[in-house]
Amino acid sequence: MKRSNLYTVLSYIFLTAGAAAAIFPFLWMVSTSLKEYSSVFIFNISDIRWIPKPVYWKNYLEVWKVVPFAKFYLNSIFVTFFVTLGQVATSSLAAYAFARLRFPGRDKIFFGYLATMMVPGSVTMIPVFTLMRIFGWIDSYKALIIPAVFTAYGTFLLRQFFMTIPRDLEDAAKMDGCSLWGIFTNVILPLSKTALATLTIFVALGNWASFMWPLLVTNSIEKRTLPIGLAYFQELYQHAQPDYGLLMAGSVIATVPLIIIFVFNQRFFIEGIKLTGMK
Amino acid sequence: MTKPKSLNKESLFSYLFILPNFIGFLVFILFPVIFSLILSFVDWDMLTTPKFVGLSNFINLLGIHKEANRFALNDPLFWNCFGNTLFLMLIIPIEILAALMLALFMNQKIKGITAYRALYFLPTITNGVAICLLWAWIYNFDFGLLNTLLLKLGKFLELPLKGIPWLTSTKWSKPSLMMMGLWVMMGGYNMILFMAALHGVPKQLYETAEMDGAGAWHKFWNITWPMISPTTFFVSIMAVIGGFQGGFMQAYVMTGGGPERSTTTLEFFIYNHLYSWQHAGYAACIAWFVFTVVFTVTLLNWRYGGKIVQYYHY
Repeated sequence: MKRSNLYTVLSYIFLTAGAAAAIFPFLWMVSTSLKEYSSVFIFNISDIRWIPKPVYWKNYLEVWKVVPFAKFYLNSIFVTFFVTLGQVATSSLAAYAFARLRFPGRDKIFFGYLATMMVPGSVTMIPVFTLMRIFGWIDSYKALIIPAVFTAYGTFLLRQFFMTIPRDLEDAAKMDGCSLWGIFTNVILPLSKTALATLTIFVALGNWASFMWPLLVTNSIEKRTLPIGLAYFQELYQHAQPDYGLLMAGSVIATVPLIIIFVFNQRFFIEGIKLTGMK
Repeated sequence: MTKPKSLNKESLFSYLFILPNFIGFLVFILFPVIFSLILSFVDWDMLTTPKFVGLSNFINLLGIHKEANRFALNDPLFWNCFGNTLFLMLIIPIEILAALMLALFMNQKIKGITAYRALYFLPTITNGVAICLLWAWIYNFDFGLLNTLLLKLGKFLELPLKGIPWLTSTKWSKPSLMMMGLWVMMGGYNMILFMAALHGVPKQLYETAEMDGAGAWHKFWNITWPMISPTTFFVSIMAVIGGFQGGFMQAYVMTGGGPERSTTTLEFFIYNHLYSWQHAGYAACIAWFVFTVVFTVTLLNWRYGGKIVQYYHY
């Protein structure tokens, strides 16, 4: 008994120390974002004062003016929304056909999907980039959204899940004269909420963080998404010590909404991760 | 049921269902895979007409030549980047071990699990660029948090401690990025997967072992470790696949691939060839090399790693 108590106490100590290590850089991020910067105050900004004195809120107003931060934000929201919508919609339709319907060539086509899943993103990125140039889509929302909608992974994940739904339910619906479309919308989709939520979370998170692709296909400031915008923000200071107060304020603004979404939907995130780990 | 070789209603309907996805798949996945394979045999600056060059991209990439009676690599830069990529992957076992340890500590009746889990998960949901900026600031030589702390510690202990050029010396650049990677990865997806796996180990196994007088270490090594091995296997494969394709954002945002290319990974190298130098064919050639390595490692893992994994059926 005593031993297990000791183990519990040790766990608490270890977990708390680890959590401190996880959180301290973030506190430094927030702390820096509230400090004033100028060549004179560079030491002020590096001084280890966790609570700045004075607290300099102005960084949070300045960020929006120094770079078109609001535009980056809206771009990210716009692109992520349509990529997620497009991918979940097209993948679920295709996954239903692959999982449940019979048609000539089904297994061959699905094997084609599977075969491409091992191919690294950089292999397809090069031709798709040249395609964008041929289509004249460079520096457009089309280039940011449309190629990102299609992944073999989304179809694969949903198909695996649809396969686990008992067939009896569909047979019952068929007996009642339900059409294939009716079965899809009234039986399959409502029973797959977890899988659909998982795919939504992963596609949205992945696209929100997407870096290399938007970097390749955009070149005007107006089309930059948040990650590219942040990187661009830093490039403004190429020959000087960057104004880390401003940069950190930008980073905080870019991060906080996701943290809020995560905290309120933690259970969904966790279930989703478990689901993808069990394929 | 389906009549062979005739399009019945179900088949037609199926094609309609897969059509939107299939068109996208053809244009943005299957066609590019084939196109990129062709590209790797081609010399193309994306402006003039492509020139078929046979295997010479691959020879330039992987081959050696004689130079003043000594063998020299055709593209030493590439091997340098490959080495960097492998070096940065050395942190993977530690990342996985840290995730497992955190999961083990959390796998008990502890209050505030949700809060701990959320804190550990923070770096995973934070925007990658924001993390890179934050750590570039922490690692800043003149004003960064780490060096300031180091100097203060030196003063306190009356030792002549000097600031470390975390990102600006070839000696420290890679370990610095690895340390940052550990911070991001320890409490992310891997920890959640391990927690789920630990949760799935039947309690009776431990109870039986306890009756036989088994200690904590004994229980871990003979019950926990084999029972969670499928998860360990999955997590490791994914980490290795990711590792070969990693390092782009860090290189782009934090180090520019330097100093002296010490943090240029294969992914950053591909980007440079494609975007900065317009070598589309050569870039495709490197990408296929990455594919071959990833594919071989995964295959070997399945072939030999699979034997270590023990599956239990209940």
